[in-house]
Amino acid sequence: MTKMSGAQALLESLERQNVNTIFGILGGAILPVYDALCGNKKIRHILARHEQCAAHEAEGYARASGRVGVCMATSGPGATNLVTGIANAYMDSSPIIALTGQVPTSGVNTSYMIGRDAFQEADIIGITTPITKYNFQPRTVAEIPTVVNTAFYIASTGRPGPVLIDLPKNVQAATGEVEVTDRIEARGYKSMIEMDLTKISDAANLLVTAERPILLSGGGVITSNASDELMQMSDLLMAPVATTFMGKGSFPEGHPLSLGSIGMHGNPAANKLMSEADVLLAIGTRFSDRATANLDTFAPNAKKIHIDIDEAEIGKNVEVDVPIIGDAKTALKLLLKALNDKLHKTEGTAWTKRVKEAKEQLSPLLIDRPRELVPKALLMELRKMLPEDAIVTTEVGQNQMWSALYFKALKPRTFISSGGLGTMGFGFPAAIGAKVACPDRPVVDIAGDGSFIMSEQELACSVTENIPVTVIVLNNSVLGMVAQWQRTLYKRRYMAVNLGKTPDFVKLAEAYGAQGFRVTSIEEFQKAVKTALTSTVTTVIDVPIGSEEDVVPFVPPGCGLPQQRGDY
Amino acid sequence: MEIGKTKIISVLVENKPGVLHGVSNLFRRRNFNIDSITVGVSEQANTSRMTITVNGDEKTIEQVVKQLAKLIDVLKVEELEQGNFVMRELALVKVNVPSSKERSDIINCVEVFRSRIIDVATDSLTVEITGTPDKIDAFLNLMKTYGIIELARTGITALARGSKSIKIDE
Repeated sequence: MTKMSGAQALLESLERQNVNTIFGILGGAILPVYDALCGNKKIRHILARHEQCAAHEAEGYARASGRVGVCMATSGPGATNLVTGIANAYMDSSPIIALTGQVPTSGVNTSYMIGRDAFQEADIIGITTPITKYNFQPRTVAEIPTVVNTAFYIASTGRPGPVLIDLPKNVQAATGEVEVTDRIEARGYKSMIEMDLTKISDAANLLVTAERPILLSGGGVITSNASDELMQMSDLLMAPVATTFMGKGSFPEGHPLSLGSIGMHGNPAANKLMSEADVLLAIGTRFSDRATANLDTFAPNAKKIHIDIDEAEIGKNVEVDVPIIGDAKTALKLLLKALNDKLHKTEGTAWTKRVKEAKEQLSPLLIDRPRELVPKALLMELRKMLPEDAIVTTEVGQNQMWSALYFKALKPRTFISSGGLGTMGFGFPAAIGAKVACPDRPVVDIAGDGSFIMSEQELACSVTENIPVTVIVLNNSVLGMVAQWQRTLYKRRYMAVNLGKTPDFVKLAEAYGAQGFRVTSIEEFQKAVKTALTSTVTTVIDVPIGSEEDVVPFVPPGCGLPQQRGDY
Repeated sequence: MEIGKTKIISVLVENKPGVLHGVSNLFRRRNFNIDSITVGVSEQANTSRMTITVNGDEKTIEQVVKQLAKLIDVLKVEELEQGNFVMRELALVKVNVPSSKERSDIINCVEVFRSRIIDVATDSLTVEITGTPDKIDAFLNLMKTYGIIELARTGITALARGSKSIKIDE
């Protein structure tokens, strides 16, 4: 037992969890923690310029590194500004810890108590209940270490997700006898359910007899670091691998059996072959509506095997024949073992020929306008210029879907995007977080002008804190994706999508002390990227593109994957 | 209430603040319908038992159970097996008494339903009735003819039949 303040107990506990970075913004109700941070050598505090971005930065950090990201804000507006970032992490199952200040639980002046609408009071526990895995509000100094340990344990195990710790100011400031322990208290939490081995053997039997097997890899494969096992499985079955949007990077997209991602703006070969397969092995995916499109025509001819660590995902959206509840890596290992005894690899089957043919016929990568500065050519060029392990983040909208289609992710944790919540403004702060986690690798945010404007103030953070990243703004002066919907689904009745006079992004970058380039040809683009990659300061590359450039192909809402429209 | 369509879920939860909010919030967020929810301490330390009555098809109930099980403050969830549980609800009914003739009619009804009068005033009677929701509905139907001044129902509480029990896994 040691005598210390709540704030000190918090920091000691964070250090025990190997936290070395906190993204945050301070305010009145979190001052005791910031006071304790003063002079702390082990934890780097990165001052975000908006709390939402602090949460996205923590998530970018978490997804690039596989570790838990930490963000911090004051009470009231600080805490509510975190909400979008927390919801984003919840939807994409990213492990982050959000620390918030809270008004005191008691005080000399009783008007400053929780529940009395004190200055900067918000019920962040109530607000975040549906968007966190769990949240805590410790009421004593002594319980802080156990709360922190439990929070990290819950955030990082099972299906990961955000956990919030709300710290009343008087608890931060009070001193008490504290035992800094490794104790965890969560008797109602099971991170792992024992794997049902009969299901593994059922799955193996289905796969052995499969003539047209297909693998669908989701974000869970990346979370569980199961890419090697996925590759072995594909190899053994000679099965093509499609990914969900969140699974992008779990299988190298340059591989002959890679189909790219499925979905509304999925790769046509992936969408097509999904309908032709006779056995689908889906791993670590929740069958999101954007991935499956209309469920009536989703893999209609396939027996389905579904591996997921979250039991509630089994049968939630898609009925499956063989459910396997458990960690993707462990399940794949067991399944590989079961299959190895029964299966011999066969090349040149009708199915592998069909896969090859479909990939050739339905490739979205055939460059039709190679020298023009269009998203397709630009993203393919970018891939050539970046090393395999470079990290790419995206904003949300057309920039994101173009990236999904044309930028080949080659390694897990190198493609980071807001998949579930679709948060515009995510990519830039996520890039900053990723760069902090992986300072030796290039980090590039593929942005749209509409999205970038939503978090552009983080230029101040990246410049001041020396976190150089590259932002490529596909600048069409419209909110492109919704404009595309208005064009194709609302008879070109454009409403509120024109951004009018967007800022001069070169001057904007310079105003913050970053560098900016405007490029109008592939050659200029190459030059700008080359400069950015060797630069020690954040670079914004403004790429003017046509405002009527569509993302195609497209599965209209309500339609199924086979009803994909558009030339590509 | 149609008992056939209604499923009863017994849930053991941590006995601490915010748990009821977490559970009720889950139902709202996931678009599940709660018919009733009752909460009280259970036989196990620091543990409350919630009895939740839900209306929905098999797939919905399966999701309800799985989503509840995911909540960290939920220690154990089980759907009570159809026809293999006992359930009771309690209602307090304040009935209008227009005259002494009606007073004795009401008292007769109370006896037939094995309920009890727990408060008497010159122009009203308050009845405590316990039983299945059907029984309470039937009683309330009769009381409507006299006029129900106030009604409070607890919602269903239930346990599995026999020595079977829902306990936290060790």
